[in-house]
Amino acid sequence: MTRQEWQALSYGEKRERFNEAFNQFFRSIGLGIVGFVTATGELVQFGVRSIKLALRVPYRWEEIFLHMEFVGNKSIVIIALSSLFTGLALSTQIYMGFKIVNMTSMVGPTVGLGVLRELGPVLTGLIVSARAGGAMAARLGTMRVTEQIDALEVMGVDPIQYLVSPRIIATVLVMPLLTAVFDFVAMLGCYVICVYLFDIDSASMIERTTEWLEPYHLWEGLFKGALFGLFFAVICTYRGYNTKGGAEGVGNSTNQGVVTSMVMIIVLDFFVTNLINVFYQLTARFT
Amino acid sequence: MSETQYAIELKDVKKSFDGKEFVLNGIDLQIPKGKITVIIGYSGTGKSVLLKHILGLLQPTTGSIKVSGKEITEMSEDELTGLRQHYGMLFQYAALFDDMNAIGNVMFPLKEHRRKMPKAEMLQVAKDRLRDAGMDPKHFNKLPAEMSGGMRKRVGLARALALDPEILIYDEPTTGLDPVLTEMVDNLIVSTHNLRKGSTSIVVSHDLYAAFRIADHVAMLDSGRVLLHGTPEDFLNSEIDLVKRFVAKGVRKELQPKGNE
Repeated sequence: MTRQEWQALSYGEKRERFNEAFNQFFRSIGLGIVGFVTATGELVQFGVRSIKLALRVPYRWEEIFLHMEFVGNKSIVIIALSSLFTGLALSTQIYMGFKIVNMTSMVGPTVGLGVLRELGPVLTGLIVSARAGGAMAARLGTMRVTEQIDALEVMGVDPIQYLVSPRIIATVLVMPLLTAVFDFVAMLGCYVICVYLFDIDSASMIERTTEWLEPYHLWEGLFKGALFGLFFAVICTYRGYNTKGGAEGVGNSTNQGVVTSMVMIIVLDFFVTNLINVFYQLTARFT
Repeated sequence: MSETQYAIELKDVKKSFDGKEFVLNGIDLQIPKGKITVIIGYSGTGKSVLLKHILGLLQPTTGSIKVSGKEITEMSEDELTGLRQHYGMLFQYAALFDDMNAIGNVMFPLKEHRRKMPKAEMLQVAKDRLRDAGMDPKHFNKLPAEMSGGMRKRVGLARALALDPEILIYDEPTTGLDPVLTEMVDNLIVSTHNLRKGSTSIVVSHDLYAAFRIADHVAMLDSGRVLLHGTPEDFLNSEIDLVKRFVAKGVRKELQPKGNE
């Protein structure tokens, strides 16, 4: 509507138009909230059902091991490569900063805390959700549009128990291992660059690092890794399982699964970090 | 399963997804045991929804569905899973598991439901079923991506037969196939039915010409109701306007040479 048209309207008409726009605005917000709550509820139901079915006979050990191999073994190389360069880059940045205040001996512990508690689980989650999560959504989506999931149902095989539960369980089991690999290689990168490039004494670096790092820092990261694994596996399998349409639908499911997983990992990390800190405070382990 | 003359009985089955519009609007249908029944109708008349009700994948809003005399609308999910072992289904595009070869696909239902069966026996059963479906043994190790449309249908049929089902369901088995392959699939349906005495076959199709070649009984759906249920002769002689039009478009057109329509 042009400015002139708007000015030509009577007061009553303007008020009516305004009310209409106002209602439309809040209706769309309301519908958005309802849609979000419904989708979240369905996702939670799907995840709970998948885990419940994993605990029912027949146990799908063979599928679980196959998916562990797919999620874990086939991700190790990219995790190792990414973590090595993350460790190198992070150490360089921290060394540059600490050099100004003459605290280069603290590079090891700082990188260690950052990697073990934050970067390890978060980056592992992001990388594996893009690689394995995307593959899960695409595979289940393809099975949905080619009626393979319907075929399972008709054969009296629960598709969630056969296809979804093993993927979720395998991811939850493998993610802490991948996070540990990330932590180890990133710290190795930190050690190499600090000792061989920045001439920090090897013994003092190891001593400082072990002095500041506690085992629970590692457990915290591994726990986060498993939690992120659970989230992205549920999100991606849910998206794939509920694919509609043909090839375009598979593409959309994969895209939505990966994007939602990545955003969720970063959002969830903030809340989990704070919850863990509250837990530390309550148990007097806060450092 | 209990003794009754009907494999499947549907009584006043209604289904609405939104509470307003009925996709199935009072279906009354008895599918006799040991016969081939073809369910036909235009697209969007509720054939697929009806099929999902028969398989227990959807529950009706109201009405009764009995399979071999047992009411399935009151069954639990576990009971329905057990029931589905009495069904074999050939999907429109066969729906083979694309990560398994022909043998793997046919062995899958056996692995799931005959867990105590020795693997060698499973393998033998799978090979027998593939041979029954007319599959050449040299293609037994092929993946679905390496198979032709006809081969996939044969493997899909062999998989449907793996558990020795009482009821065989074919969902649009000839849609999208060339006339030679269509005839092959029709012959396969009839030969499979004849080979398995006492089994019931249900074919859902809109290919009327093919339907008449294989059917003992024909049921036509329209607007979520059974418009006509009878023998192919009843169908051809029907005075119902919609049936006459469907027959004129489907059967007579195919049977008559061009120019005589």
